[in-house]
Amino acid sequence: MNRQNANTNAARICPVRTRDVVNRGLAKRYRSERRFRRLGLTAIALSLSFLSLLFISIIGNGYTAFQQTFMELEVFLDPAVLEPGNLSTANYPGLVKTSMRTMFPDVRGRSDKRALYGLVSTGAAFQIREIVMNDPSVIGQTLNLWVPADDDVDMLVKGHFDRNLPEDERRLNDRQLEWIDQLTAEGKIRKQFNKTFFTAGDSREPELSGIRGALTGSFYTLLVTLVLSFPIGVAAAVYLEEFAPTNRWTDLIEVNINNLAAVPSIVFGLLGLAVFLNFFGLPRSAPLVGGLVLTLMTLPTIIIASRASLKSVPPSIREAALGIGASKMQMVAHHVLPLALPGMLTGTIIGMAQALGETAPLLMIGMVAFIVDVPGGFTDPSTVMPVQIYLWADSPERAFVERTSAAIMVLLAFLIVMNAAAVVLRKRFERRW
Amino acid sequence: MSPFHLLIVLLLLSSVGYYIGRRRAFAVAGGRSGIQSLHSRPVYYGALTAMWCGIPALVVFAAWLAFEPAIITHLVVDSMPDTVRSLPADRINLMVNDIKNLVSGNIVSGKISPALQTAAEQYRHIQGISSAALAVIVMVISIAAITMVRGRIQPALRARNHVEMLIKYLLIICSTIAIFTTIGIVLSVLYEAIRFFKAVSLTEFLFGLEWSPQMAIRADQVGSSGAFGAVPVFMGTMLISAIAMAVAVPIGLMSAIYLSEYAGGRFRAAAKPLMEILAGIPTVVYGFFAALAVAPFIRDSGGLLGWDISSESALAAGLVMGVMIIPFVSSLSDDVINAVPQALRDGSYGLGATRSETIRQVVLPAALPGIVGGILLAVSRAIGETMIVVMAAGLSANLTVNPFKTVTTVTVQIVTLLVGDQEFDSPKTLAAFALGLVLFVVTLILNVIALHVVRKYREQYE
Repeated sequence: MNRQNANTNAARICPVRTRDVVNRGLAKRYRSERRFRRLGLTAIALSLSFLSLLFISIIGNGYTAFQQTFMELEVFLDPAVLEPGNLSTANYPGLVKTSMRTMFPDVRGRSDKRALYGLVSTGAAFQIREIVMNDPSVIGQTLNLWVPADDDVDMLVKGHFDRNLPEDERRLNDRQLEWIDQLTAEGKIRKQFNKTFFTAGDSREPELSGIRGALTGSFYTLLVTLVLSFPIGVAAAVYLEEFAPTNRWTDLIEVNINNLAAVPSIVFGLLGLAVFLNFFGLPRSAPLVGGLVLTLMTLPTIIIASRASLKSVPPSIREAALGIGASKMQMVAHHVLPLALPGMLTGTIIGMAQALGETAPLLMIGMVAFIVDVPGGFTDPSTVMPVQIYLWADSPERAFVERTSAAIMVLLAFLIVMNAAAVVLRKRFERRW
Repeated sequence: MSPFHLLIVLLLLSSVGYYIGRRRAFAVAGGRSGIQSLHSRPVYYGALTAMWCGIPALVVFAAWLAFEPAIITHLVVDSMPDTVRSLPADRINLMVNDIKNLVSGNIVSGKISPALQTAAEQYRHIQGISSAALAVIVMVISIAAITMVRGRIQPALRARNHVEMLIKYLLIICSTIAIFTTIGIVLSVLYEAIRFFKAVSLTEFLFGLEWSPQMAIRADQVGSSGAFGAVPVFMGTMLISAIAMAVAVPIGLMSAIYLSEYAGGRFRAAAKPLMEILAGIPTVVYGFFAALAVAPFIRDSGGLLGWDISSESALAAGLVMGVMIIPFVSSLSDDVINAVPQALRDGSYGLGATRSETIRQVVLPAALPGIVGGILLAVSRAIGETMIVVMAAGLSANLTVNPFKTVTTVTVQIVTLLVGDQEFDSPKTLAAFALGLVLFVVTLILNVIALHVVRKYREQYE
């Protein structure tokens, strides 16, 4: 009662009411509300614009790599050069040079000739060699072949080459540009689908390099990772979730798993180097070792996801199984595991996607070597996709920029497919109990 | 017989064991009619036989493969002439490499001496004996196991309990791998780091201001001493991480707030997966993007303003790293904000607060411990991030806080010191392990604190 009186007294003395105070401040508060809201929207817009910038820059740089410049050569398979005894070691580069000379008969002088030969890729000689080795009866004929052009020519044709630079700053000189223009006018230069990119291993020559070696290496590495980490991860999760008593030991395991999930990946590389390579003497650069390291790295992810999935299976199912006389192991194996499996698979796919994109630990165990051959097994030296990207990104040639971007596009495509599979799996088998 | 073939044989033997055990169970029960006299279902007798057939043999197989190369090398080196054996350890290592290359038919560095040739012959010889012995031993073990288990099968044998116990032990072993990984990391890194600290004192490493880890081949070369003061490296790491956090924390937090407090269902459903794409992009792609697009852009725009910005500036690497961490911060904060009870918000609205006031004065303070935990995790991630800095940051260890200059980080140094040819007795290589130890300890502390804080916070509202 007293207080009310005091209030009315105060209102009488000072005719400002609370509502007026609130109303006066309202416009300002609404403004700050809008500002805050806009700030949030800006934050999302910023990150999404960065995402699109990244994709635009990668795709814009990379899509040209799926095409490759070829030039037409008239090659006379000279029987004098190709004797039956020396077919594998004959002077194939010489044949290419001869055919270049016949195309431009007026080129004289050493440096000009060298410039002329520089227009065609060294891969041309290998291509001719393969034709001759496959079918020696073509010797003596003249073949019209489309052979890969040098990467500088490729860059010129694709428009990544500035003709207006002074001659001594360009990778192609004026004469070479003249020849290329002449060939283009005659229709002897054209762009084709770049098959090499998908069928070849690494190479120092951009026009001869491809991602098949890295893809195969990634495949073997991930196979090892999957075969080891899925069963071990599921087993560990089943033990911790279904069997383990709550004591200090299981607490320790839990803390360990959570910590390992946050340990920098490069530390796993150090572990692999010190333990697998130096202590056990396993081969360097091998998918086997890469798979082992990635297994240790992805295990925490898989265990955490599998445990969450096991947790979501309602206890009533366990009790029903136990009630009709199943042992604990039978209950887990026959009822809980099948119900939790989709969630575990989702976690495994996400872990595999992480492993596919991982680079740093593999640098430590020597998968960064320059390897031309496509690996044929688990102990062959090999490299993986992300490491190949890293290697190409370090190469100075302009043509490797588009190849790096193209390799990134392939890698991202794989990752998107894997993540989409995980999402579909989750949507399809997700159960609300 | 190659290990792979042996593995297949072992698998076949195990399945044979399964059938033998199962048939034996039927036999002792007196056919299908007497099956009720068995303690367990017949499959368990089969499984028991298969497991006893497979597991011991597999353990022997793994142990053999793990120690075979070391033992063979030892035997071969021991049987070589005394002149060879008295060579220093690194020469012997080189020679062993040559022998191994010879054996596997690779290209050998240098000339093949007759001694090397005989050694290789012997290596091949011992290897042949070893793999034959392995095959015999493994097969004997598994067949012996089959006959033994078969002999003990009778209706009263508690096969199911036995099998379940074995499986349980397997599960326990699998769950301890995490602990062994941690022990392995600590031991391996610590071991090499201690070797490093024998050559370079701990105080010099932790407090020295000069980092140039070259070790010259000859003593009289320039820079032959090598300086291992890691302060510039630590400073560089902190600078780049600080830039990254300056990008990631505001953007990540604000987008989490918008997504969880303002956004409608459809916007959330569209924007959240898109943000998560950022988290799924491999770091090597970010690194390429930083080196290809961001760093030149920053350098050129700095040039327009008349600033001298290095093309490997800390700013470029930190910026891109920040973008990489945005989804990490945002998803962690999102979880934390969603865990704040709705009652707190409703109370605030009831008092007349606007949404932003509620968020700033009620939700954020309530969620603060969880957000701090998330940020700590993000910091540990920024410190350990490798590929972005390897590709976009520099190598020179400048002691500076100027984001336009080139700095180097712990992870960059580890990669540059360990990629390529290494010798494991020079401080240069071992320095990488010392840096790795620091990295592991720092991230471990950050993680433990962060996980603890996050867990405590969750318990508070549960």
